Amino acid sequence: MAIVVDRDTRLVVQGITGREGSFHATRNKAYGTQVVAGVTPGKGGLDVEGIPVFDTVTGAVAETDANTAMVFVPARFAADAIYEAVDAGIRTVITITEGIPAHDMLRVYNYVRPRGITLVGPNCPGALSPGKANVGIIPAEIFAEGRVGLVSRSGTLTYQIGHELTRLGIGQSTIVGIGGDPVVGSSFIDILEKFEADPETELVVMVGEIGGDEEEKAAVFIAERMSKPVVAYIAGFTAPPGKTMGHAGAIISGSAGTAQAKKEALEARGVRVGTNPTEVAQLVADAVGARA
Amino acid sequence: MDLYEYQGKELFRRHGIPVSAGRLATTPEEARSAADSLGSEVVVKAQVLTGGRGKAGGIKLADSPQEAEHHAREILGMDIRGHVVKKVWIEEASEIAKEYYLSLTFDRGAKKPLFMFTTQGGVDIEEVADKTPEALAKLHVDPLAGLQPYHARRLLFAAGIEEPGEQKQIAAIVEKLYAAFVAEDAMLCEINPLIVEPHGRVKALDSKFTVDDNALYRHPDVAEMRDLDAYPAEERAAREKGVTYVKLDGEVGILGNGAGLVMSTLDVIAQAGGRPANFCDLGGGGDAQGVVDALEVITPDPQVRSILFNVFGGITRCDEVAQGILDALGRMEIAQPIVVRLDGTNADEGRQILADASPPNLHVEETMLSAARRAVELAGH
Repeated sequence: MAIVVDRDTRLVVQGITGREGSFHATRNKAYGTQVVAGVTPGKGGLDVEGIPVFDTVTGAVAETDANTAMVFVPARFAADAIYEAVDAGIRTVITITEGIPAHDMLRVYNYVRPRGITLVGPNCPGALSPGKANVGIIPAEIFAEGRVGLVSRSGTLTYQIGHELTRLGIGQSTIVGIGGDPVVGSSFIDILEKFEADPETELVVMVGEIGGDEEEKAAVFIAERMSKPVVAYIAGFTAPPGKTMGHAGAIISGSAGTAQAKKEALEARGVRVGTNPTEVAQLVADAVGARA
Repeated sequence: MDLYEYQGKELFRRHGIPVSAGRLATTPEEARSAADSLGSEVVVKAQVLTGGRGKAGGIKLADSPQEAEHHAREILGMDIRGHVVKKVWIEEASEIAKEYYLSLTFDRGAKKPLFMFTTQGGVDIEEVADKTPEALAKLHVDPLAGLQPYHARRLLFAAGIEEPGEQKQIAAIVEKLYAAFVAEDAMLCEINPLIVEPHGRVKALDSKFTVDDNALYRHPDVAEMRDLDAYPAEERAAREKGVTYVKLDGEVGILGNGAGLVMSTLDVIAQAGGRPANFCDLGGGGDAQGVVDALEVITPDPQVRSILFNVFGGITRCDEVAQGILDALGRMEIAQPIVVRLDGTNADEGRQILADASPPNLHVEETMLSAARRAVELAGH
């Protein structure tokens, strides 16, 4: 099972002939992901390391039965690429591209959502189900197969926590980076819901940061709708208000979006919050009873 | 990107939202001639990218050009919440019968633009939302369907606007504000206060306008409005080098890869009893040039007493990062002690490279927590 990506994933990579696109498409394929097609308009008929390239997503789907798209095209063309994937019948779209205008994503989100499509990202590292499939830029070698789900707004911080878990002998079912932009296709709740339904996941680690109120909403969701335990981490206690901390969405506006408020909201709902990545891994180890 | 009041009003004007006539001045003399050309009574308003100007004495009424010059002399150079006033906006004074509040924001949770409107204008909107939430009319707009006339009607009736002249003018402003919000890729458009003059005319007396940085490529005119002087010198230098940097107040300089990990590093420094001097994200790369650029941004800060390098190797390999650090140290003099913590892909090889070279003043730690403690110690805590 796992979530978002698994053995049934048939991936089409949009922007496959770009430097990043070809590098990661090849890596994902080498990991064992079924990378069945690439799309770059005007380059149909070529291939990238044995992956056939098509001019349109529709063409790729017709020939290869692709069901998942990874978007690597530059920011100003990315919204178009997502619409194209969705209109071609793709059910899961993972957008790695960084720097997409927020208004573009606002329209994309409201178009995609009622169609029941799973949209992950943008500005995210992708999704990895260890031993099954890797779609995106997550370095698979630091993770291991197991039963802990990991969902995060940040890339390297997720790797850090995953690494600490792996070191304690705790593997993961799926790692999902939802991205650090103001408008993301999948919220914490969307991913928590999938983990709750996944028989291969027994505990979830949620890695949040300052900005917005998704962590607060997730706290309510966890308390009311989840049977599986959740361990959380929040980054940005020392971040000053009004300053964007790297991620476009990581900003405290007025009194909203602070790390303290998020921590309190989670703890008030019985979710344990680690104070640093090492402690998070330890809390997970305590909960699953693994050797530490 | 936040715009000054006068820039926001320029965008309002372009989109047909009524504002007062005004002129920008950077010297008391310019303020005087601006007041002279505007004729009547004027208001001298400090242009800073922060709130609380009024309370700080940054907004003053002037009866004559002489008085405008006098006020401008006082206001220019004033420090308002850490922002030095370098420009004043001289504007025709308005008579105010009523003060309303109208804003359009990006509701991240609902993923829709959100209008907020209340007749309790001129005050802090968070306070209105807290104390009298029933007085605040809120309404989402579906970005695919766009604004419909009923949106304005609902806001007006919910807020209790009954005067037909006001209804008509505010409905038009709601429509134009939405058009401006979409056309300029705004993250926030706020009019506080939206005033009604004694004879019934409605206009925007202030503006707060924030434009999405990611969309500036399609708004070259707005991009040009960025005032580099408004940012601390270090942040300006960082921007030129393409390094993501935010100046903070402590003694431990921080360098890391990835926004989340860097934020986490700042927190761990605080937990270890220190104070971070900055947020600095190297991004994906860790090559010598990237490391040099980042160190050049961090080290001129006189408050920095130690530097913590916290890198998690993913696609970027730690041996490459270690080599980058050595190359950087070979190319520049660093006075402060540096603590390096490498983890993830090829971390052992990276640590070995640093151990073999063992440059003076460089300390290698194995974990994020021990590295944080060491950096705090070295900063003299």
